[in-house]
Parts: sequence; structure tokens; C-alpha cells
Amino acid sequence: MTSPATPAVEFRAVTRHFGSVRAVDGVDLTIAEGAFFAMLGPSGSGKTTCLRLISGFEKPTSGQIRIFGQDVSDVPPNRRNVNTVFQDYALFPHMSVRDNVAYGLMVKGVDRKTRLDRAEEMLSLVKLPGYGDRKPGQLSGGQRQRVALARALVNEPRVLLLDEPLGALDLKLREAMQDELKALQKRLGITFVFVTHDQHEALSMADSLAVFSDGKIAQIGTPEEVYARPQSRFVADFVGSSNVLPPDLTRALGGPARWSSLRPEQVRIADQGQGRGIVTSIRYLGAGSRVALRIGEAEVAALVPAGQTVPEQGAEVAIAFDPAALHVMEG
Amino acid sequence: MMQPATAILPERGLGDRLTALFWRRPRVLLALLLVPPLLWLGVVYLGSLFALLLQSFYSIDEFSGVVKEEFTLKTYAELFRAQNVDIILRTLLMSALVTLACAVIAFPIAYFAARFARGRWKAVFYLGVMLPLWSSYLVKVYAWKLILAKEGILTWTAEHMGVGAIWGRALDEQWFGGSSLSTSPVGTFIVFVYIWLPYMILPMQAALERVPGSMLEAAADLGASRAQAFRTVILPLALPGIVAGSIFTFSLTLGDYIIPQIVGTSARFIGLAVYQLQGTAGNIPLAAAFAVVPIVIMLVYLTVAKRMGAFDAL
Amino acid sequence: MHSDRASWGLKLGAGLGLAFLHLPILLIFLYAFTTEEKSYQFPPPGLTLKWFGVAWERADIWPPLWLSLQVAAIATVLAMILGTLVAAAMAQSRFFGRDQISLLILLPIALPGVITGMALRSAFSVMDIPFSVWTIILGHATFCIVIVYNNAVARFRRLSGGILEASSDLGANGFQTFRHVLLPNLGSALLAGGMLAFALSFDEVIVTTFTAGQQSTLPIWMLQELVRPRQRPVTNVVAIVVFAVTFLPILAAYYLTRDGDQTAGAGK
Repeated sequence: MTSPATPAVEFRAVTRHFGSVRAVDGVDLTIAEGAFFAMLGPSGSGKTTCLRLISGFEKPTSGQIRIFGQDVSDVPPNRRNVNTVFQDYALFPHMSVRDNVAYGLMVKGVDRKTRLDRAEEMLSLVKLPGYGDRKPGQLSGGQRQRVALARALVNEPRVLLLDEPLGALDLKLREAMQDELKALQKRLGITFVFVTHDQHEALSMADSLAVFSDGKIAQIGTPEEVYARPQSRFVADFVGSSNVLPPDLTRALGGPARWSSLRPEQVRIADQGQGRGIVTSIRYLGAGSRVALRIGEAEVAALVPAGQTVPEQGAEVAIAFDPAALHVMEG
Repeated sequence: MMQPATAILPERGLGDRLTALFWRRPRVLLALLLVPPLLWLGVVYLGSLFALLLQSFYSIDEFSGVVKEEFTLKTYAELFRAQNVDIILRTLLMSALVTLACAVIAFPIAYFAARFARGRWKAVFYLGVMLPLWSSYLVKVYAWKLILAKEGILTWTAEHMGVGAIWGRALDEQWFGGSSLSTSPVGTFIVFVYIWLPYMILPMQAALERVPGSMLEAAADLGASRAQAFRTVILPLALPGIVAGSIFTFSLTLGDYIIPQIVGTSARFIGLAVYQLQGTAGNIPLAAAFAVVPIVIMLVYLTVAKRMGAFDAL
Repeated sequence: MHSDRASWGLKLGAGLGLAFLHLPILLIFLYAFTTEEKSYQFPPPGLTLKWFGVAWERADIWPPLWLSLQVAAIATVLAMILGTLVAAAMAQSRFFGRDQISLLILLPIALPGVITGMALRSAFSVMDIPFSVWTIILGHATFCIVIVYNNAVARFRRLSGGILEASSDLGANGFQTFRHVLLPNLGSALLAGGMLAFALSFDEVIVTTFTAGQQSTLPIWMLQELVRPRQRPVTNVVAIVVFAVTFLPILAAYYLTRDGDQTAGAGK
């Protein structure tokens, strides 16, 4: 039995090289049990490799991976009580939906009746009751995604891995599935680890996330922490449409001579403020307008809520913000 | 839901143990997969090629007819006798002509299939080339024996078209018929072209299918005539396919000994020489030396073809 | 002018080309019914069914037929096993010597048949191996491997690697994955490869003449009839049988692999 304090997944100085490429480069990571954990990063940043290290499809070049405290260095994927929802779903094309879902139970030797009953239960859980007889080829993208989910969950994994699970769905379906996944995770209490390159998805779904860059973790924390207090220019750039200010501008705006970030929604257009600039472009966003200003060499964006006056292009205006909103970064 | 106590499932039986072994050491699985076929191909096939090479450096005792198992270049020197050089040159000329003819006949089929055939017609063309390619070689050669026979369908057709007299006179010409097409070099040529044609069509079609249609439209927009577009756009792009196809037509003609035996004069080709030398003449060393000739020619040919990018079209 | 319509010249060329490929084979069928047995007279002076009966009664046809079926069956099984193993290894990973291996597989059909035949003949001579059914099978299996390999490797490529990983992710060990996932998805390609290999082996004559010694496969029997004809229409009856035995597997192979991985052609 594991104590509640045991983390679900632990990486200790894990490295994975492919030839001369360091796909994962000295990652330390702890994922708490019951967490909805996101691995966020651009493609090639090492997030998917990390996921495959947990499932066992990749082996670390060095370092150690623990799942619920147990070293899994010698454990092949089929014996890890961890299941994956693949990016392209990887449903078995020659099997019915029911057999797909029951597959994990079949290979474990569960008798036919029990496993088919469990499969039907799982299909109900993912809101596809009665779809058991179809072939994966007859389903829509969203339905396949649910089957993939049911097929993984039927094994009662202790950790569920999701590799860009919503990437292939259209926007509307994606938003609906985000809510459903979140609700499902709450209900089942299983640890979810999901990989995405979509920062909105990561911020809205995860209760904890790691931002990857070049095989390393650039920042780890809650969505609020990562969004509001990015530790580096990379995180600020990648996680949100934040203003990244060079040292001299930071100083001109009242901060130290370091790189800093400033969220557009915290910047007001005013008659007087910390700095002045020329309006270079205005983009209407529905709930407001994004006004870009040129201050010296740098560009700063401000989000003007709907209903407030938007300055004209070419006008010289001042910007004002709460000094605490200017977040100084480490690198 | 019942939560299992651990994150690791228990190992069940030999299957799991082997799976774990293969997972930890993927090279073990790779070796297990590769050893049987490599033993077969490496020992049986490469071993045989080596034996062939070995034999070609032996010689035959002219009086007893027994193979002397001593290293000598004598057998290779025999290749340069006038009659043997003739055989090699004749084979090369035939291979070149066959390849050329195949390219010309194949082009419209490949071009139509690649550019214009859609849906059902695509399948018709695909099967229409695949079936003759795969169907029995001997049956196909035999069919031509029937067609080319003097009393056969060609003569009948000529007579019914009112050109029987001209046809008869043409057949009397030594180079064309020498009494019947089925015993003339032209007959041999026609059968070679027929048999190897599909091998030219397929790579050519593959190459042409990679030419975007927009490229031809662009050529038309720039005012190119059909002939210009063909010469400056289509032909250069189809060339790798033609070269790839020619590897087959050339190599297959080079080594064939059945067709000249059934349809043709008694003039020998390399394949026929190899066959007769190892069989009736019992001169395995010279047969082996003759068999090395196509290998050398093909190696040169492949090197040139590779430079021309032919392997991308295979 | 350059729109998506083919010119008449092109259509004619393509149509005539296809006709050129197919019409000669029809004559084989016609001549099986002719009453003329001494020459290839066209049109046949009369039509008869008697040659099918005559062929059936001819004692010299049956042993070569059985031998050919036997050789083709065993060579196909061997080629299927060996070809699938290489394809699995090649699909599984990149490793040193990979290109050399693919060249080695291709070599038996890339080089003219006379070389493969002569090479095997030299080896038997060097090692004093007497000719037997097995020397024929040895040669046939060697050039059939690539046929199975080509079909299998194309399917492996198309098979999303994901489903094999998904299987092991769901708890299946390697053997379960092979049985429940790999085999059902690979099966039709293997069957197609096997059928093409069977067709190729059944009608092979070039290599066989070098490896058969005194024994006669059906193609060798036919070759002898072509060089020294006896009852010509009987040869046609046998040719129809050979044609049918190779044609049907080819057609079946086409239908088994037509969704995408049509590589069989580059094989022969």
C-alpha cells in the first residue's frame, strides 16, 4: 500500500538521448496523486518523450522514473499500471468498438461475460452506449476519442496518460471535451498527465503544469503561477500573449534593469502614466481591443476593454499600470 | 472501483518474461528476427554467387573435359574469342533495342494511367499492366510462337488486308523473316519487348504520378506548345522512371535464354551460352565466366542509373 | 489544350498498348480447341474439345504438375516465414547494415535469373550436392522471399505503429500483440505475398532448369514441348492450366492489397 504522500510519478535526473539529440535533458519532476497535470511546450521540446518514458515506450538514457514509489526501470509497458490515450487514438481497426474497449481485460484473462459487461459500462461512462458493435472506421473523430478513453479507463489505471488528446478535434468539440475530461478526472480521482502544445488548453484544464523547452523544464507550477509570474522570457512568450520587456525598458518603466513581463490586460491607456508611446496597430477582439504601442525600440500591447475609448492609430498616448504587475524574470 | 495495490502488474508466464527481455534488449529480438533469413540469403545465395565466381576462375581440361580446380584466368581469356565477343555484343545490342522500344510503347500507357485515368479506369490500367506482368512467362512466350508462325494469324491478317504478297516477300528477307518471323531476330526482338514491357510501364507511371499537374499547366500558361511541354517538362521528369524501368528491361533481356531458344535463329545470346555451356557442353567454368558478364554490365548500369536518380522511382 | 482531357493520339497509344499486352494470351485459349495438331494454322480449320481429354490421359503431364505444386507450396511457406521475419526486423528499427540487407533481399530478382540459376548450379557442383526436389525448392524460396517481403513491409509501413504500442500499453505481452493485433492486420498482405510467390514459383523456368537435374516441373515439361512439339494443342491445354493457376492467385493478391499498398509490381 502506498501512503497518500507518495507521488504518482517521479522523474529523477531523467535524460533521454536519441543519438546526439538530447530529447529529455536532466528532468526532475514530481506529479502528485490525483493531479491533472499538463506538460506544455512547443513540438520537439521533449514533452511527448517524457510521456513515453512514463508509459515505457522509451527508456531513460540515465536517471530514474518512479511510479507510486516503485522504480520502473525494468518494467515493460505491458506491466505498468498506466494507460495511454494516443494522439491518433490508435484504435484497433479490425475490432469492434466493444472488443477495442475490452482488449485490456481480454489480454489479462478476464472472462468474456465480465469483460463485455465492463466494456459496456465504460462506453456508457464516455457517453457512447450502444456503439459497441461498430467498427472504429465508422465513428467520427470525437467518438473515436471517447472510445480511446474508455479503452484506457477500463483497465483502472493508476495514471492516465493523454498525448495531445484533443489535437485532432475541431474547436467546438475540443472545448466540450475539455470540460468532460476535467469532470471525468474529478469523478474517477485518477492522476491524469496530458501533453499539449496549446497553452489555453493547459491553463484551463490542468491544476499543475510543466513548461518544456529544449528537453528541459522551463517552469513548473500552478496555471496561475506560470501565467502571472513566468520565470523566463521563453515561458512568458509561450504561455500567453504577454509583453516581454527588455532591461532598459523595464528600467524606464520603473523596474530594475532586467527582463520583465507585463500582461496586456493590466496595461491601461491613459493621459498620464509610467511611459509614452505611439499607437502602431489596433486589433478588435470582440471583448475588447488590443492596442499595440511603440515605446522606444520595443512594442507594448494593452488590452482596452469594450466600451472604453480606443485611441487612434498614430496617436501618442501614455500607459499606466500597477507597479506590482511588472513581473521581473530570471532569464 | 477497486484500486490495485501497486503500479506494477505481476508477471504472468513465459510470454511476459520474454516480452520483458525483448523490451530491455531490443537487439535480441532483432537478432532473432534476422538470423534465419540472413542465414538463408547469406549462405545459400551469397554462397552460391561466390561459388559462381570461384568456378569462373577454374578451367576445363581440353582433353579429358574434367574441371581443373586451380586458379587461372584462362577461362576469362576465352571470353575474348571472336565468337564469344560476338555473343556479348549481340546480347548488348538486343538489350539496348528492347529497352528503347519498351520505353516508346510504355510511355502513352504510363502517361495516360498517371495523368488521366481516374477511379475505375485507374484500376483497369493497374490490373491491365499487373496481370500480364505476373502471368506465366512461358505461356506468354508460347503465345508468340503461335502468332509469329508462318501459317499463323499475322500471315492470315496480311492476306485479308490484301498485302499478302508483300508480307510473303518481306518474310523471305533474311534479316526480317528468313522464312518465318518465329525463327528471325525480329521475332526474338518482338517477344522480348512484349514480355518485358510491363516492367517499363510501372516505374514510368510511378515517376509520372509524381509530376504535379500544375507544372504542366504552368508550362501551358507560359505559352509552351504540346511538343515543347513534352520535351522540356514531361520527359525530364519521367526520365528517372524510364531509367528505373530500363534497369529491368535491360537486365532481363541480358540474362534471358528461353526466348531466343523458342523464337529466333540459332544465333546465341549470353543466357543461352551459359545454359548450353553448363548443360550439354559441361563446361561449367566458361559458363560461370559468361554469367559474370551480365553482373559486371549491370553493376556499371546501376552505378550510372543511381547517378540519374532512378532509385527514387522504384 | 493542356486541360484534363487526353488527346486522341494518347488515348489510342494507351489503348493499343494495353491491347498489345492482352490479345496474345487469348490465342492460347483458341488454339486449345483447334483440330490441327501439326502446325499453328490460323484460323483453326475446325474446333474440338478432345484435347482436354487427351491431356487428361497423358501420363507424362501429371508428375510434373504434382512436382510443381509441391515445390511452389513448400517454397511459398519458406518464403513467407523468411520474408515476414525480415520485414518485421526492418519495420521495427533502424540498425547498422539495414541498407545492405535490403539490397541482399533484392539481389536474387535484380540480377538476371540465369545468374541466380548458374550460381546455384555452381554451388551444387562445388559442394557435390545431387539434384533433388530440395535443390529446386532452395532456388525458388530464394527469389520468393523478396515478394513476400515487399508486401509485408508495405503493410508494416502503413500500419500505424500506434496500434502495436497501444496493445502493449493495454497490458498485452509481445505474443498477445502478435496474435491479436499484428497478425489480423498483416494477414491479408502476407496472404497476398504468399499467393504471388506461389504464382511465381509455379511458373518459374529459368532458375529451375539449372537446379532440377533430371526432374521435370510443369514449366520444364512445357519448355520441352515448345522446343520439340508433339501434340501441339495439348501444350495449349497445359498452358491454360498454368495460366489459371497463376492468374487466380494474382487476382486474389490484388484484391487483398488494393487499399493502398500496391507494391507487388516492383517485386517480380
